[in-house]
Amino acid sequence: MPLDGGVSCLRRSEMIGIGIGELESPPLDSDQVHVLAVDDSLVDRIVIERLLRITSCKVTAVDSGWRALEFLGLDDDKSSVEFDRLKVDLIITDYCMPGMTGYELLKKIKESTSFREVPVVIMSSENVLTRIDRCLEEGAEDFLLKPVKLADVKRLRTYLTRDVKVSDRNKPKVPEDLSRFSSLAMVTPPPPPPPSITSVKSSSLEEIVSSSPPPSESSISPVDSPIRRMEMRSPGLD
Amino acid sequence: MELGQMQKSLQDYTKSLFVEGILDSQFLQLPQLQDESNSDFVSQVVSLFFQDSDRILNDLSLSLDQKVVDFEKVDPYVHQLKGSSSSIGAQRVKNACVVFRSFCEQKNVEACHRCLQQVKQEYYLVKNRLETLFKLEQQIVASGGMISAMDLGF
Repeated sequence: MPLDGGVSCLRRSEMIGIGIGELESPPLDSDQVHVLAVDDSLVDRIVIERLLRITSCKVTAVDSGWRALEFLGLDDDKSSVEFDRLKVDLIITDYCMPGMTGYELLKKIKESTSFREVPVVIMSSENVLTRIDRCLEEGAEDFLLKPVKLADVKRLRTYLTRDVKVSDRNKPKVPEDLSRFSSLAMVTPPPPPPPSITSVKSSSLEEIVSSSPPPSESSISPVDSPIRRMEMRSPGLD
Repeated sequence: MELGQMQKSLQDYTKSLFVEGILDSQFLQLPQLQDESNSDFVSQVVSLFFQDSDRILNDLSLSLDQKVVDFEKVDPYVHQLKGSSSSIGAQRVKNACVVFRSFCEQKNVEACHRCLQQVKQEYYLVKNRLETLFKLEQQIVASGGMISAMDLGF
């Protein structure tokens, strides 16, 4: 698998391939991936927005499931055939939110005709297997354990450009080597442009923070990673 | 102090925060999100964290001071603080929140009061250290130096 250093934008033909092409209205920007991010935490919203923007996504960030539905035009219970449809390529949502949980939002999206094909990714700080299974069964594309890292978002981007949706998720496996997921070491070369982004290089600071060897990024597949990530969590995190 | 010395001080200071466990590797994600168009991202998101945390700690104090403590209110605050501290790599704050939540679950008011103190302590510590860190950076920039992720010893 090639390194994701130069993230390419989703081409229109690829969008059609994953079921977005039937949108009638002119897209916001036909060459850019548009992500709807949902999180009630302001700090997390800022971070996820930045993570997505730096991987060349256009981002709309909202603070609740209700606002997300409002944005998508799904808030009034009638089928949204009549008006302009938005081009949304990915929805990424926190799980634990007051009012409507990420799971409930996921269900509503999957029940809609306009957006059921849009991949939905759930984020959670809590590593609860039943929760993860439930989300994946309801049609979530992926499950990210918070705090979300740049490598996680880059991985999401790689499967957004694929025509084939990854379904039939494998059951969580026990990773042979937990140290593969040292977040520090999962750094890819900076995306072009801008050239001023510096990547985290090996140094003694890395040694202090994590004594694990850097994993080879090419060996991490979308199917394995999210589930593995939660299993590698060290004690001290819940 | 000349520039090279200042930069070395900054490196050493930053390292110490990791050695002491005040920050964890998540903090190192933040400079990766900084670029020319968002040259202040790290300090901005950290400031936001401070503002958010001040608010939450205030609300927590008020909630725990009630005659009858409503843990349905207290726990979400701690969850919020746990989340935001985790997102910026404030490890000790996050860990203190984890402990706090377990006592919320037990509805142990006295223990929760102690946890709040602990969380506050860790929070003021990381706040103080990060403010110092940013001051060191500012001094370097003011002296004509440049800060990049490399200078922070990454």
